[in-house]
Amino acid sequence: MKSPTQNVNLSRRAFVINGALVMGFAMLPGIPRALADTEVDTLGTAILAPDLPGSLRATPYLDAWIRIDAKDGITVYTGKVELGTGVKTALLQIAAERLEVSPGLIRFLTADTALTPNEGYTAGSHTIVDSGTALFNAAAQVRQLLLESAARQWQTSIDSLTTREAVIYDAQGRSITYAQAVVGVQLHRFASTNSPFKPASSFTLIGKSLPRLDIPAKVSGGAAYVQDMRLPDMLHARVIRPPRRGSRLLEIDEAALNKLPGGVKLVRNGSYLAVVATDEWLAVKAMREGYATAHWTEGNPLPDSAHIHQLLTELPARRYPVSAKGNIAQPGPRTYKARVTKQYLMHGSIGPSCAVAWFKDGTLTVWTHTQGVYPLRAGIAEMVGLPVAQVRCIHAEGSGCYGHNGADDAAADAALIAMAIPGKPIRVQWMREQENLWEPYSSAMLAEVEAGLDDSGRLRDWKYELWSTPHNERIVNAGRLLPAWLLATPFTPAPSVPIAQPEGDGDRNAVPLYEIPNLKVDLNFVLTMPFRTSAMRSLGAHINVFAIESTVDELAARATVDPVQFRLHHLSDPRARAVVERVAAEFRWPQKATGPGSGIGFAFARYKNIMGYCAIAVQLHVQRQTGQVTIDRVVAAVDVGQIVSPDGLLNQIQGGIVQSASWTLYERILYDASGMHSFDWSGYPIMRFADLPQQVEVHMIDQPDLPFLGAAEIVQGPMAAALGNAINDATGKRLLNLPLARRGWQDALGS
Amino acid sequence: MITLDINGKTHELDIADDMPLLYALRNQVGLNGAKYGCGLGQCGACTVLVNDKPVFSCLTPCGTLAGKSVRTVESLGSADQPGPLQKAFIDEQAAQCGYCIAGMIVRAQALLEANPHPDDETIRRHMAPNLCRCGTHVRILAAIKSVVAQGGKV
Amino acid sequence: MKRKTIIGAVLAIGVVGLGFAFWMMWRPEIAPLSHPLNAGRETLDRGRRVVEAGDCAVCHTRPGGAYMAGGLPLVTPFGTLFTTNITPDPHSGIGQWSLDAFERAMREGIARDGHFLYPAFPYVHYRKMSDADIADAYAFLMSVDPIKYTAPPNHMVFPMNFRPLVSFWNLLFLHGDPLEPLPNQSAQWNRGRYLVEGAGHCSSCHSPLNLIGGEKGSELFNGGVVDDWTAPGLRGMTEAQHPWNEAQLVAYLTGEVAEGHGAAAGPMLPVSLSIAQLPAEDAHAIAQYILDLKKTSSDAPSPPCTSGVKPSARALLGAALFDGACASCHGSAAPMRVIESRPALANTSAVMADSPRNLIQTILQGIPMSSAESSHYMPAFAHSLDDSHVAALAEYLRDESCANRPWTDLDKTIKSIRAQE
Repeated sequence: MKSPTQNVNLSRRAFVINGALVMGFAMLPGIPRALADTEVDTLGTAILAPDLPGSLRATPYLDAWIRIDAKDGITVYTGKVELGTGVKTALLQIAAERLEVSPGLIRFLTADTALTPNEGYTAGSHTIVDSGTALFNAAAQVRQLLLESAARQWQTSIDSLTTREAVIYDAQGRSITYAQAVVGVQLHRFASTNSPFKPASSFTLIGKSLPRLDIPAKVSGGAAYVQDMRLPDMLHARVIRPPRRGSRLLEIDEAALNKLPGGVKLVRNGSYLAVVATDEWLAVKAMREGYATAHWTEGNPLPDSAHIHQLLTELPARRYPVSAKGNIAQPGPRTYKARVTKQYLMHGSIGPSCAVAWFKDGTLTVWTHTQGVYPLRAGIAEMVGLPVAQVRCIHAEGSGCYGHNGADDAAADAALIAMAIPGKPIRVQWMREQENLWEPYSSAMLAEVEAGLDDSGRLRDWKYELWSTPHNERIVNAGRLLPAWLLATPFTPAPSVPIAQPEGDGDRNAVPLYEIPNLKVDLNFVLTMPFRTSAMRSLGAHINVFAIESTVDELAARATVDPVQFRLHHLSDPRARAVVERVAAEFRWPQKATGPGSGIGFAFARYKNIMGYCAIAVQLHVQRQTGQVTIDRVVAAVDVGQIVSPDGLLNQIQGGIVQSASWTLYERILYDASGMHSFDWSGYPIMRFADLPQQVEVHMIDQPDLPFLGAAEIVQGPMAAALGNAINDATGKRLLNLPLARRGWQDALGS
Repeated sequence: MITLDINGKTHELDIADDMPLLYALRNQVGLNGAKYGCGLGQCGACTVLVNDKPVFSCLTPCGTLAGKSVRTVESLGSADQPGPLQKAFIDEQAAQCGYCIAGMIVRAQALLEANPHPDDETIRRHMAPNLCRCGTHVRILAAIKSVVAQGGKV
Repeated sequence: MKRKTIIGAVLAIGVVGLGFAFWMMWRPEIAPLSHPLNAGRETLDRGRRVVEAGDCAVCHTRPGGAYMAGGLPLVTPFGTLFTTNITPDPHSGIGQWSLDAFERAMREGIARDGHFLYPAFPYVHYRKMSDADIADAYAFLMSVDPIKYTAPPNHMVFPMNFRPLVSFWNLLFLHGDPLEPLPNQSAQWNRGRYLVEGAGHCSSCHSPLNLIGGEKGSELFNGGVVDDWTAPGLRGMTEAQHPWNEAQLVAYLTGEVAEGHGAAAGPMLPVSLSIAQLPAEDAHAIAQYILDLKKTSSDAPSPPCTSGVKPSARALLGAALFDGACASCHGSAAPMRVIESRPALANTSAVMADSPRNLIQTILQGIPMSSAESSHYMPAFAHSLDDSHVAALAEYLRDESCANRPWTDLDKTIKSIRAQE
């Protein structure tokens, strides 16, 4: 019995968040006036220049991005952060290309609320699109202004000027440095809608694989992460969390804790607990003592994992129509119906979250690996009761987060403890169990698809309904910070709001790119979260593409058409066709390896239907008696527009293929009434070297001069789907419930 | 006081027997290479060499290290002068977030010191205790194999 | 006596002896099978159940090797042998074996071509299985993916490298018919007996062996040593110092943590994972039968365990090592303890056993991790702890658990285990 849902009117396509009406524009091709993407939006930041490209629309002043002076040379700012995807290097390439200097001449600073533009979150594959586009234009315009300044000074034509390594030369051999030329320029001005054109054919940096700036330190023990920060008189903290959501603290032996070696101090506020010590190991031991002596109420019951998808259909939800076209006919003999599910997944960052905070002279500084320093700052300020201007959040790298993990909460922990112990830098490191138990998960999801062919074997009807909890519980207010729930006066999270299409939330990529005359796609946005969920790499695209591509394969079989041909019959976008055809050619589709249990599978998607294109083919073997899946070969083709760093792109695609294979084949959070059992890697095993695909080939189709499209999340869906299709080919069984290959799955196979 | 031999240098540290080596390395000695990933011996981000064998430094109490040599990734080279494995990892750009990489390099170092010509399956099996969440495995294997292809001398 | 007569008599005895020896040590080949078998789904399901109960894959699949393709080294007191390929590959596996040939191997330990199989293959137990089970197992094995693989040659110590000598071993130890149910026992008990004595071949590990590797009949189920792990005695478990009930034993047998005892490790771990694949009723049957095994020895029971009052210096070091190396999982407030109610180490079978062997082995070897399922993973400490550290930890834990009966052979046991590595 489904509970009543509210249908939301999306005709105005605007969202109200915290009382501020936020509207924005994604300047992606084909979407001239699309909607605010609350995943990356700047939250309360006014859009000052709607006609400017990329993040310039919110931060139009050129000197917000680039400063030049004699002392520091060229400094370039980005509001985005390095998450381990290599974007810091890629953005540097873009800026250097357009300033026409070598990268070594640029001091490049990433998100810092005191210094850099507010570019919201580094998420949604938007970094190159937003920040790259902004820098691409701003840097070129700054250089142009410097040339104009030199031309004015020398009373000569700008066309006779050249630049090299931050020096401007004229035909007569006169020269002036950028730092000298900038004196005659006012960079505190809006960027222009027009930037000097430079054809891709003359790029010297964009499109080249610049070695990443951060890797040498990472292979040699250089300080590279927030975990490596060491400040004078820094204290080490560990948090003590309740056994489960809803547990309240009854008692803890505070006196005993405060006597422990290492100058241990207990920080306590309601049910919020942390211990601080002068030495990290002593903090860990104090934490263990704290866990042992704390007594809590029982807390909220855990959901029944066996019926979680049923539960999702029963919880309060808002129903959003996602897309509708034509009229869906009654199901007929050529209709395929399926129920597709996925379980809760965790980000599983290899380094649990960490933050450093220091409350000194009235200012609270937090070093954090958050994806969004500005929203975090606002949330922390609200939580600790400081004016926003007195809180500074500086991004320092953490381990890969793949979305909204514990980073913001750990920053909030550090902030709370720093306020409790003013004047001392505080370093908080979450334990593995704490990250696994408390990070926001990726929602369990249910999708019901019903799709049919017309008499000529083409897709005719497509009905798709989804249930999911939110994928974007970002720091809109203090109540979105986990530690804030534990305080004596707790904060309440702001109401959940889905990210609108075309970006999408749980419904990301729920609308197939294929030509289908009659289509109805709906999202049930479940408001009560059995487990706290938020954004994880590709959001709903992982399961939606899996569901779509499994259905397409089934219908292709019913139409007795090869799966690749069937897809091509329904794709008119030449770039989509190009990646499909490239994979088919390189893979020699439909050639299949010999041996028992061999199978091949194909999948395609365009991320969010507006970003990068990706096609994947997989060859694997299934050992029918043991269920072991060996991925022999993966062939992928991607088109992300103008490629900034080919090797950076390759790295992301290779990594995404492996990560998605792990999610799809093995991963699920284990829980039952007795508790959450995935508190460490033994309860949440992920792919290791032994299970790795034997061979991964990536073909990148560069599109010089075309806009950047975003690359970081484009493989999660297609890889999952290609695996499902290959297992079906190998075993004759259509598996629709992720994960696909946990021990015992082969019992469903039969002989 | 506990005496530790780390990367060829002796350190006299005022710490107790029970302190796991990982914390001594990072906090008392100030080395960044070995990292906290789980503290449970499940991920290998803390991998160091003790008497040439790869161990989880998060679970190796300092009281067990008398007379033993400890080597961390820092002993294999620097950013400016990387050792063979480090250079291979840089050349292959074998890192995404990079958090697991120091542990990977140390574990690979142990393998190649014992066996400079491992086959693919041996490499995969040997590296299994170390986790990578970003999916950089393909490049990590390529980096190790490139060192093997050049003779495997580390 | 005339010389001729003597010579004649000797020759006659020689001929008879040779004839006897020949009769003992030679077996005929059974004709190869030429056509493949096509068994139905139900037969294959039943066959799979028999094969899981028999733990065939545990020996016949080497780590990283293909299912049932063999190649696992088995170290015996008589040398090392490698398990054979029992996939239906026609040349390197058993693809040409008829059911008759398979049954002869299972009941008498003779291969298709007539050679004797070493009794590391527990045919002395498998012969107790019914015809139907053997036929179903055969059908299942013939349906497995055929793999071309030949194991390395065995390294058996002379004269055991001469296979026909096994025939004499068989004379002594190969007896018994397929088990018939005992009328005065329940169906579940009989099923348990059938599984334990037959396919499960539990006494192969859980009994002491004599000098030539046969199970000591008078000491059946009184414990043994396998791969340097203790396979505990299985008699009188309900009346032990630390008794077992059926729920606990079923949990243990199926790879779960037995409340108050711990989880299977070492050589028992793969067995428990096989039993976990059986229908639940089989695990209950096995547990019921084992718990019914009465103690045969009349030794006075050991005094009950009591905790220590004043730990020794070595136990104090052990406590410190515990805090640094073990407490993150085994400490009282660790999630494994709190969320999963795992027992304190002091209450586990390994720490309460008379021998420290299994605790030492668990510390040194750990418990492996799996990708495809959650596991009771434990890291291996062989490289990070010296003998003295392992001893300190063991002494600390024993002291917590059973201070009045400390292990006196700790250092010796550790040393001998390490020597085997």
